[in-house]
Amino acid sequence: MKHWCEMRQVVMWMLAVTLCAIGVTAQAQSGPLRIEITDGVVEPLPFAAPNFVPETSGAGEWGQRLAQVVADDLAGSGLFRQLPANAFISQITSFSSPVQFSDWKAINAQALITGAVAVNGSQLTVKFRVYDVFAGTELGSGLQFSGTTDGWRRMAHKVADAVYSRITGEGGYFDSRVVFVNETGPKNARKKRLGIMDYDGENLQYLTDSADLVLAPRFSPTGDRVLYTSYETGFPRIYVLDVGSVQRRVLESAQGTMSFAPRFSPDGRTVVYSLTQGGNTDIYQMDIGSGRSTRLSSAPSIETAPSYSPDGSRIVFESDRSGTQQLYIMSAGGGDAKRISFGQGRYGTPVWSPRGDLIAFTKQSKGRFHIGVMRTDGSEERLLTASFLDEGPSWAPNGRVIMFTRETQGAGGSASLYSVDISGRNLKRVKTPGGASDPAWGPLQQ
Amino acid sequence: MKHLTKAILVLGAMTLAACTNANRFDNDGVVDLNSSANSGSALSDGGANDPTSPAYFQHTIGDRVLFEVDQSSLTSTGRATLNGQANWLKTNADYVAIIEGHADEQGTREYNLALGARRSNTVREYLVSQGVPAARLRTVSYGKERPIEICSQESCYTQNRRAVTIISAGLSS
Repeated sequence: MKHWCEMRQVVMWMLAVTLCAIGVTAQAQSGPLRIEITDGVVEPLPFAAPNFVPETSGAGEWGQRLAQVVADDLAGSGLFRQLPANAFISQITSFSSPVQFSDWKAINAQALITGAVAVNGSQLTVKFRVYDVFAGTELGSGLQFSGTTDGWRRMAHKVADAVYSRITGEGGYFDSRVVFVNETGPKNARKKRLGIMDYDGENLQYLTDSADLVLAPRFSPTGDRVLYTSYETGFPRIYVLDVGSVQRRVLESAQGTMSFAPRFSPDGRTVVYSLTQGGNTDIYQMDIGSGRSTRLSSAPSIETAPSYSPDGSRIVFESDRSGTQQLYIMSAGGGDAKRISFGQGRYGTPVWSPRGDLIAFTKQSKGRFHIGVMRTDGSEERLLTASFLDEGPSWAPNGRVIMFTRETQGAGGSASLYSVDISGRNLKRVKTPGGASDPAWGPLQQ
Repeated sequence: MKHLTKAILVLGAMTLAACTNANRFDNDGVVDLNSSANSGSALSDGGANDPTSPAYFQHTIGDRVLFEVDQSSLTSTGRATLNGQANWLKTNADYVAIIEGHADEQGTREYNLALGARRSNTVREYLVSQGVPAARLRTVSYGKERPIEICSQESCYTQNRRAVTIISAGLSS
């Protein structure tokens, strides 16, 4: 257990380091793990994930596919590095046989993930174990998931979440979905529709057709509903859509107004949003059950992009009351707001981290756009990205990764989804067919 | 008249787009779009030379005004265009209008929606101040969602920061 503790501590230390600035120098580690940091680059933890052992006939292919998704999840986080199968000295041919730790030590696999899979008709049963190779011990105890073959990727994501969680001590984010806007067509005739997919771009389905312009979908806290803005009537209005039935209804339809930028409260019962009347945009909230709305801000300036704190007590939003877009926090009941952004440039689209400690935002400065994070009092601002146009951050359920929209410039410009670690590391494009914008990362699935 | 000539040159190419935009309101139940006066066929019965035609409104008077970066106040050119729009709307009392506000792509999505709403409302208030009944004018903002020029330079942005008055025959509800 000692080594496991060390392993856990070191990886947690690695995560902590990712929060710090560039230029951290690695400390020499006692014990088996070596994490080297050069110019802020953390050396990912090497792991082996051999194909899961088939326990029924016909399960061999599943064993390969499951292990690959687990490995892709872990490697994709940027915190782990998969060792190739052709480097393996010994093979895992039985889930219950003792592991030859020396063979895995020899290839410097610091974590070993073994699994087994049984298939019975359309039923899949997956078991797995995680080992600290250098300590020669198992991390936690083996777990088993069952489900239909249709849901095989979710089972792999659950395995990866458990591994991530056991090694880092933090929650995972792999068994989660993203709702976003699919974009097709040229820039001056763009078609948009809502899409929903696994966090890694798989299992994509469309929730609306492209007939009406749709913008900025947002998940409910449990992922069962989506709020979004649609021009279905010719005017922007907020709709709530049930993900299971794909039934939708309009939430706010006051004549002569526009409503947009909705988000759920953490209990899923209230929506906070912007409503424009007579050219002036303010923040309102609505009780979804009764449809009763309350005005939370009353200023001649633009107040928009509201987002609740995880405890539901406060709202962060953007306002140009000072002359340019800046971030403010007010009580969830409205009233006085305190400005929190004071750097150079304009700040918009604030989103409160699920951990409550950080606020992600879009910053415009000197003709460039950035995704950044700051503490809730506005201190410790860090810019994570820079490009022609980055905007609209959304938090992974563990508050460790941010997904956002990146749009390229020019007549052929198009939008894509990107994700980045809150350290600014591991920036990568999220796989989507065609253009994509306005991602909203949902909760871990139950 | 210099600005009007310029407006005609700029707007001539946009007629089709404007008609297409108007069709998006078909479901709203407010505007009757079945009138031939709002379709391309209007060009055949007088077209831009017929001062009562929508084509005249679009091409000769100018159906749009442009805005400075991040601003929603009218320029003197804009006010002159809107004076022409107001006179036309007062003369042609059967027409209603939806004023679309737009922004260029340099801004976040929500803010640009709100900015476009400011712009469309500025135009609406100006037209009302010039005697157009408020009940005939509605506003909508598209933010940065409907650029007409697609380059990422000021030459395009200046055309995209606009408020467009889309007219159609019919009475508002």
